[in-house]
Amino acid sequence: MMKDERILVVDDEQVILDAISRIASAEGLNVDSENSATSALKKLSQKEYSLILCDIMMPQMDGFTFLDEMQKRKIPTPVIMITGYSTVENAVKSLYKGAIDFVPKPFTFEELNSSINRGIKFYRIQKGIEDAKSRNDKTSILYVPGPPKYKRLGNLSWMNLESEGIAVIGATDLFLETIEKLISIELMEVDEEIIQGDSCANLVTEDELAHRLLSPVSGRIIERNERILEDINLLEKDPYFEGWIYKVIPSNIEYDLKYLVPFASDRM
Amino acid sequence: MKFKQAFTKISLKLILTVGVVTIAIISVYSFLSIQAQRNELLSQAEVYANKLSETIRNSTHLSMLENRSDQTHNIINTISQEPGLQEIRIFNKEGRIMFSSQKEFIGEMVDQNAEACYGCHTANKPLERLPMEDRMRIYDSPQDSSRILGIINPIYNEQSCWEADCHFHPSEQKVLGVLDVKLSLNELDAQIASSEFRSIVFAVIAIALLSLIIGIFVRKWVEKPVNELVNATEQVGTGNLNYLIKDLGSDELGLLAKSFNNMTQKLAEARLQLFQSDKMASMGRLAAGVAHEINNPLTAVLTYSSFLLKRANNPELQEDLKVIVRETKRSREIVKSLLDFARQSVPKKSNANINEIISNAVAVVDNQFSIKHIKLEKNLEENIPLFKIDSNQMQQVFINLLVNASDAVQEKDGKISVSTKLISLSPYGTLQIKNAVCSKRHSLMDDEVKIDGKPSVKLKIVQNGKEGFANLDPIYGKNRDKYGLEIKPLEQIQISCPKCNISVIDKETNCPKCKGTVYSFEVPPRGIFEGCINPHCDWQRWLYVDEAGVRDYIEIKISDNGSGISKEDLPRIFEPFYSTKGQKGTGLGLAVIWGIVDNHDGTINVESQLGKGTTFSILLPISQHA
Repeated sequence: MMKDERILVVDDEQVILDAISRIASAEGLNVDSENSATSALKKLSQKEYSLILCDIMMPQMDGFTFLDEMQKRKIPTPVIMITGYSTVENAVKSLYKGAIDFVPKPFTFEELNSSINRGIKFYRIQKGIEDAKSRNDKTSILYVPGPPKYKRLGNLSWMNLESEGIAVIGATDLFLETIEKLISIELMEVDEEIIQGDSCANLVTEDELAHRLLSPVSGRIIERNERILEDINLLEKDPYFEGWIYKVIPSNIEYDLKYLVPFASDRM
Repeated sequence: MKFKQAFTKISLKLILTVGVVTIAIISVYSFLSIQAQRNELLSQAEVYANKLSETIRNSTHLSMLENRSDQTHNIINTISQEPGLQEIRIFNKEGRIMFSSQKEFIGEMVDQNAEACYGCHTANKPLERLPMEDRMRIYDSPQDSSRILGIINPIYNEQSCWEADCHFHPSEQKVLGVLDVKLSLNELDAQIASSEFRSIVFAVIAIALLSLIIGIFVRKWVEKPVNELVNATEQVGTGNLNYLIKDLGSDELGLLAKSFNNMTQKLAEARLQLFQSDKMASMGRLAAGVAHEINNPLTAVLTYSSFLLKRANNPELQEDLKVIVRETKRSREIVKSLLDFARQSVPKKSNANINEIISNAVAVVDNQFSIKHIKLEKNLEENIPLFKIDSNQMQQVFINLLVNASDAVQEKDGKISVSTKLISLSPYGTLQIKNAVCSKRHSLMDDEVKIDGKPSVKLKIVQNGKEGFANLDPIYGKNRDKYGLEIKPLEQIQISCPKCNISVIDKETNCPKCKGTVYSFEVPPRGIFEGCINPHCDWQRWLYVDEAGVRDYIEIKISDNGSGISKEDLPRIFEPFYSTKGQKGTGLGLAVIWGIVDNHDGTINVESQLGKGTTFSILLPISQHA
């Protein structure tokens, strides 16, 4: 299903470029690789790609500047950030700057593959919206955005502050759309601490790929939605209300909010 | 230069000053005493001379009256035999010498300007009556350097004189002549000289002795301690803050030494803390760098091996590849834990069996143990309940401790034992409040004010119009609270959440110990915590914990019979980068272990005896109050 898609890998280490190329080619993708962000930008002006995998720590131009440059040049290609300096801060910052996913090094074949899969799917949804726009087709809905007062971390997870300082969190419809045939979800226990940008749930799909859901806030879990454990379809049916995942007491909401984007800004 | 150095020494200055003062005092004293002695001797000589002169006059009186000049001569001559008597002469009013003990001068005129006469004849005025001191004169003998005491005694005209048969003297004449006695002062001068000499010798000896004594004591009491202090200052100056001045007694310099020691100790502590935080900071940077550098090669290993595992059909090959993937994943977690430690991150806890984790850790080091012929004893208590820990981090703790132990033991005789035991301890004084909220669920934890390194619980207090904060000790039962204002416990008081001002006072209860106001807040998920606001009252209640009674802990002990850790090293082994293995270790192992255990609310302790072995004990709480 990923055949014929073309992806670009950017890293300053040859062995990483080789490893990713090897995996992606085996999955039937066409892979180009560049060892710097500047040469990658040059390549982007020549060819169109479905997906970019980019390192953060690179000499001269780093991954964040690369994301800024892409936004400046209005290149819509989705970007997955990969880094050896895998702090949650880097993950959150990457997502805030427009990356669609964050994969910490070192990763397994499966971890990278699931992320690439979602990336390709994301690209296709993006393409579908563009096609519908050009056809002036307003009836086809490819994904549902969250309620305007909800806030999201990248396109992965959402958070809504309820009364008494409790935050409800869940997965965005766009994220769920990039996953095919969900079969189960692994949740954390009540009272465990979650950290913004760190994995808080594991979604397992039919193709045996595991997809990590990165938490939009840091805090302590006080309740989890047991109903989605019983009926996983609830998550996809109503991701913003009945399909919530955790209720948490945020530990540092002022800080977390700086990196969250309100859904309201998507509708302009 | 050396001389100048010696001269600037405080002891020499002291000796010189004291010496000069002593010399001055003794000189003045000697001078005055010699002077007094001299005067005393002189006045004795004068009295003697005067008496002698009177004796001569009286004894010659009769012979003169009878005009028997040969008898007068005889008397004079006889008396002049007396030792020290230089000359006796009598001259008449005109100055002609009538009698003399030295016959050659008889008949000569006396020069009025001569030394012997000068005293009386100053104004060319003939003498009449003179007081005794004016009749005396001391002059240098013209022949030699000896001094001469001369005394003149006028012979006055008396009735017997002008009535004598010779009728030589008219009755209107007042003075008939002068008796002049010259006494040599040689003996007296010699006496004075010898007394002067004695005084000088005494002064010199006294000065020398004083200087010596002062020198010795200055050396003992000043120079040595000062040298020791200077030496210590130099040592501290070059960075040796462990230098201690030995006891210098209880005088001012001793006290100075004591406060100096105190100061260096405080400095050393401050430096250690600075060093530690500096090390932690550089460790953070190092961890970041290491993570980035190691993660790239690890990425290659992990992607290729997991990719191969996916494609391999041979079950044997699959098993081997699984090991590679598993161990690379563990490396990934280790690198991450390095970052986590530097960033004090929360461990990923899940229910796990501690014995299983230990067995896994033992399996990893087993090969190393069999190479070194180390005997391993396992005393694992069965029926330990599953409890929440980060198995990866815990396995790392045990592997590290086991590797350390195997490094410490001798080959052949090495023995390492691992034990687990379920024990119960009171939560009072050990359990920490890590989260506290007001009734509106605002966090009361204060990261800025730490008590014993742990974030405190902050409450706002208003009393009598004054506002302040109380920072409560997060350890249940320790009561090392900090108050920002003085509290009168029995008076009207407001205690509230610093964020929303909602009251945290429990209106229904008063302190059962002191009747003071009681605050209460929730410690999710461990129920309500209550305490007395009175700073002098230690009443606290945490029913949730108290009801559970003693808390269950698992105690893990890893002992070896190896080389042991010295007392000096013992307090520092959990510091990052502190290694006794030289080039073999990074010095991070035990620091990371400490961080992991701390993140599990546990404690780690070490006991060690040089040459006998080391025991690490880890206490992990396993009761879950959730």
